[in-house]
Amino acid sequence: MTAGTAAESPRAIAWRRRRAGIARTWHEFATQKAALIGFCLLVLTVLVAVALPLISDQSGLDVTQATGKPLAPPDGRFWLGADVEGRSVLLMTVWGARLSLLVGFSATVLSVLIGTVIGIAAAHFGGWVSAILLRFTDFFLVLPSLVLAIALSAVLRPGVWTIVVAIGVTAWPGTARLVRAQTLTIESRPYIERSRALGGGHLHVIARHVLPGVAPLVLANTTLVVGNAVIADATLSFLGVGDPNSISWGAMLQSALSSGAVTRGAWWNLLPPGIAIVSVVLMFTLVGRGLETVLNPRLKGRRP
Amino acid sequence: MSQTLATGPGPDLADPDERRGGTGTLRFVLRKLAEAVASLVLVTVLGFFLFRMLPGDPVAFMARDRPTDRDQIAQLRERLGLDRPILVQFGKYFAGLLRGDLGESYMYRNREVADLIGERLWPTVLLVGSATVLAVAIGLWLGIRAAWKRDSFFDRAQTGIALTLWSVPQFWLGLLLLVATNGLFPSRGMHSPDAGPGFFAQSLDVLHHLVLPCLTLLAVFYAQYMLVMRSSLLGEMNADYLTTARAKGLRDDQVRRRHAVPNALLPAVTLVFMQFGAVVAGAVTVEAVFSWPGLGQLTYDSLHGPDLPVLQGVFVVLTGAVVLMNLFAELLYRVLDPRVRAA
Repeated sequence: MTAGTAAESPRAIAWRRRRAGIARTWHEFATQKAALIGFCLLVLTVLVAVALPLISDQSGLDVTQATGKPLAPPDGRFWLGADVEGRSVLLMTVWGARLSLLVGFSATVLSVLIGTVIGIAAAHFGGWVSAILLRFTDFFLVLPSLVLAIALSAVLRPGVWTIVVAIGVTAWPGTARLVRAQTLTIESRPYIERSRALGGGHLHVIARHVLPGVAPLVLANTTLVVGNAVIADATLSFLGVGDPNSISWGAMLQSALSSGAVTRGAWWNLLPPGIAIVSVVLMFTLVGRGLETVLNPRLKGRRP
Repeated sequence: MSQTLATGPGPDLADPDERRGGTGTLRFVLRKLAEAVASLVLVTVLGFFLFRMLPGDPVAFMARDRPTDRDQIAQLRERLGLDRPILVQFGKYFAGLLRGDLGESYMYRNREVADLIGERLWPTVLLVGSATVLAVAIGLWLGIRAAWKRDSFFDRAQTGIALTLWSVPQFWLGLLLLVATNGLFPSRGMHSPDAGPGFFAQSLDVLHHLVLPCLTLLAVFYAQYMLVMRSSLLGEMNADYLTTARAKGLRDDQVRRRHAVPNALLPAVTLVFMQFGAVVAGAVTVEAVFSWPGLGQLTYDSLHGPDLPVLQGVFVVLTGAVVLMNLFAELLYRVLDPRVRAA
């Protein structure tokens, strides 16, 4: 790694090292069986969800074109039974993955973005900026985020993007704390001082040195946040915040309760979406824990 | 510890270094009190302006199912104080809050929000309280057992179950329990009309209704006490003082009970109060599933109104309670941790 040829530019060297680092991380990650299984299943799930319009027919989701008997139990035609409108539960669960994953990912991107910006700013600028941002983070950290999300979605218009915003602006404090701690350790290193002495401004230090340094931990954190966002999405949809006509796992469970499927003991309306939520969340948790074990220096050497 | 804490939602414990500042106890307490007051003020400000972001006009909403002329609307606006400048409104709201006046509900006509919250408070306290006590007891007990027999079948099985329950949305677990018990327990409310008179019969009736909601909350929350207790005790397992205790000839369970557990208990105990916010959020969904007549059900109902004064009141009361619980946890940590006390 130290034998960079003279012809190579510094940037090329940096990228070569980064690639080597990623390959090393991947090897360490792949030695953890549970994390690897979770990762493969996750990739498969996302691929299927994305390719769904190509391999499946959406028309069965339309209430007006429902062909089954209301709340029909599982049989040869509807493998997982029918919902209260006579639609196939299997089809709805598979299609529900699209919206649930989309909301989970979007909310996570929003929350990780907010968390990273606030975390880096709190560590980098110091002084009163840091003090205020820290108080702000601590304040949001203790707020019951679901209650805040409910309040937010009551004042915004109900719908999918309201859920994304409600989760995004309530889920960031954990990320902010993590990023701040990591930024502090990076900025205390001599090469940052050297960079400053050579005239590097705030933007240069943050973009060239801090961001690449915090990116791995942010990645590990992101996978854990997605799992929580999927649960939060299901919970908010269940409470009736989302678009009632959209097909998502939370909305399916909500209609199972409100339509009386639960009281009539129609377990086939209940198990598929719930199991889908739990398995997706478990996948993200496995991958996140695996990544954390590899990337978080404090956990190195511990057994997973 | 970060390993287990990172797996779940909710706030994690603050950096230990921050707590062990060399300041005196009085300064520490005063600083924490000041921070809590600042947070409470922020809660009220947030609670006020959040609900003024609403695009529509609350008066138009209130008048939607009755024929109302312009004068009546103007009257209504005046009665609710909506015709005043926003800062004046905030001043009135804040002054009212200090007197315990949270305004008037839109949906329940002519009801004070504070009264509504007051009568819904005790069912929630009963539900959250009983679930927390049970979750802490079971979680700590399982965590101690699992850590003491590390990597045994018991440990692996318990950790696996706990992690799985972590990934379960609470309301779904509640629905499953409803279907699985199939009418064995009442599915909604807190009282049945046919329960006999007398204190004993009434209590039994409430307990009967409490079983499923309490079990649902318990199942998700015990996991985190268990995981934290487990990793905290694992951290103590190789400590020298345990070797000393064994060398004195103490039996294994004496070593565990008298030496290891008291030292490992601290993070778990503070977590009980730190996690209050998450428990409150859980209560909202569980109450919505079982129509438990508490604050969560009130939130759920007013969300569908939407009954903004009630939502606002519930928001302020719940977040205020969480802020106070966290203050309590910080102070308790100081009292319980001998290392901090000595500093």
